[in-house]
Amino acid sequence: MAARDLIRDVLLAPESITSLTPLDWDLLMRQGRRANLLARLAHVLNARDALDSVPSAPRQHLVSAMRITERQTIAVRHEIACIANALEGSGVPLILLKGAAYVAADLPVSVGRIFSDVDIIVPRPLLGQAESALLQHGWRGSTLSPYDQRYYRRWMHELPPMRHFRRDTTIDVHHNILPETARLSADSHALLDNVVSVPGHDRVFVLQPVDMLLHSATHLFHEGEFISALRDLFDIDGLLRHFGSRPGFWDELVRRAAAVGLSRPLYYALRVSVDLLRTEVPKDVLATASIGRPAAPLAWTMERCFALAFQPVHPSVDTAAVKAARFALYVRSHWLRMPMHLLVYHLGRKALLRTTSADTPVETARPA
Amino acid sequence: MKVGDLSPDALRRQVGEGNLLIDLAPFVARLRCDVDSAVRNLASMYAAFSVLPSDHFADFHIQVMREPGLRRWYRPQARFFFDGQPSFTPLPSDQAFAMIEWGLNWCVAAHAHQYLIIHAAVIERDGRAALLPAPPGSGKSTLCAALVHRGWRLLSDELALIDMDTGQVCGMARPVNLKNESIDVLRAFAPEAVLTPPVPDTLKGTVSLMRPPLASVQRRREPAMPAWIVLPRYTAGSPPRLVAHNRARTSLLIAEQSFNYDIQGLRGFDALCAVLDRCECLQFTYGDLDDAVRAFDALAATH
Repeated sequence: MAARDLIRDVLLAPESITSLTPLDWDLLMRQGRRANLLARLAHVLNARDALDSVPSAPRQHLVSAMRITERQTIAVRHEIACIANALEGSGVPLILLKGAAYVAADLPVSVGRIFSDVDIIVPRPLLGQAESALLQHGWRGSTLSPYDQRYYRRWMHELPPMRHFRRDTTIDVHHNILPETARLSADSHALLDNVVSVPGHDRVFVLQPVDMLLHSATHLFHEGEFISALRDLFDIDGLLRHFGSRPGFWDELVRRAAAVGLSRPLYYALRVSVDLLRTEVPKDVLATASIGRPAAPLAWTMERCFALAFQPVHPSVDTAAVKAARFALYVRSHWLRMPMHLLVYHLGRKALLRTTSADTPVETARPA
Repeated sequence: MKVGDLSPDALRRQVGEGNLLIDLAPFVARLRCDVDSAVRNLASMYAAFSVLPSDHFADFHIQVMREPGLRRWYRPQARFFFDGQPSFTPLPSDQAFAMIEWGLNWCVAAHAHQYLIIHAAVIERDGRAALLPAPPGSGKSTLCAALVHRGWRLLSDELALIDMDTGQVCGMARPVNLKNESIDVLRAFAPEAVLTPPVPDTLKGTVSLMRPPLASVQRRREPAMPAWIVLPRYTAGSPPRLVAHNRARTSLLIAEQSFNYDIQGLRGFDALCAVLDRCECLQFTYGDLDDAVRAFDALAATH
């Protein structure tokens, strides 16, 4: 069987499910689960009243995936309330990023989205207050080696993940949208100065629409891991479709990207989303966004790499070309993240640790 | 075609290539395994289960494969993969068949949220099911293994799958997991039972799996309506005592023993209440399996 990204094809053309064979359904469920897109597929089919036409066995997996994300949406709302409560009185505004922001702002992309943690961003000068407020309310820092602590605190754009001791939920506290050491320097202050409060909560904020898109794009196109890359690209597609109908959105998007120094990731986001997900982006917007385009041979290579890498991380689409593209992007993600001398040091240390320490068990093979 | 109809070579080849689809109604598992002892146990334990054609939909793709490198020869290990993804710590390869069983339980518990799933043994008589929920060590598997050799039908020794629309419970009639002393106890009680060779030093101690009775396998698609929730408690030397158990406590225990009660929300709460409304809640203390058979027979005779 030829390698194919069935989950993407079906999400783009849900009416095609009528021609799927049992083995196609089998592959679709596996790719969808691995790419964290199974619940999204379920919601897409449900919105078209097509869930009943799915054969019974795969339909159960779709139903099951929907139940998980329905539950997670409730849990994320509760978690947001808990974080808001913890930060109250600390002088730190609660600004949500990514999935939690989509839920809080009630955006269509939040429907059927799987969560692993909540991401927030705080102005750098308030980082200490934010960390201690969270510690006082039951979150605990990760027990990391001194090297990892330094890696996060000196070089990265976020604190080591913090975990709530009772609810076992994880929060990532960012203070910048890119690592301190990154080659591309973005103006995080400008983003933080233009946050908007979410309906019904005067003290919970999200980035304004253009910035939300720019942040998602920056995150995805600096990424070196691809488990959720296709899902994240669908997020970008969903944000563009949702906000694209608002007057002035497109013009503001390109202008804003240039102003905060994120024209490159915006260019990639629009180009790749159009190519892979057939997102409707006005022609003139694509043309003006090309100020972020690198020189032609590089642009062509990068777009090829993204197209290969942004597939489900699954044996069915794991060709040599996909592996090569992912490796290249992995190296690039580190290259973008820090200057050469730090990069050599950091990767060298990681490689050394990998050969000396055995992998640790995550769980033992029993259900409870 | 049944698993037992395949010659040992044909089975080894088919499962080695990852083309063995076993009908574990309501699920289908596609299995790949290169550990000989596990394949032998599979042939014996799943003999009466149907093999499906390889172009059939499978719910769970699982692989249990020998670890490469030095581990091939020095204290060989095997590892469980869920659809190609290494999912758990590798274990000594003589535990490979138990790993398939635990892995299958995990697959169902972690993915099948169309059901309310409770960690409980389920047996049935005359259309009425008894749920035996219990923390490990309470003797539920031993009791379940004994009763299914004395007229009760096996639905499951581990996972009660509650259909939240109908209130019925189904199981897969898969092998029963026996541990430590209960292996010899059951051998003495039911000499006809077919067990896998015991494997010592697993996380759960010495483990052996018991082949499900043929009649239970043949009727595994039939769900049953829960009628009793019985909390078993094995106490050496104790006379049998079957007494009413507080309903509120029982419901909390069932919720606690559920793998996905938290995911189901209100739907799960309603389903749980519906099960409890229908069931007599009992606690059963026993020290002897023959006593247990008599007590459960008396239970089945009530109206």
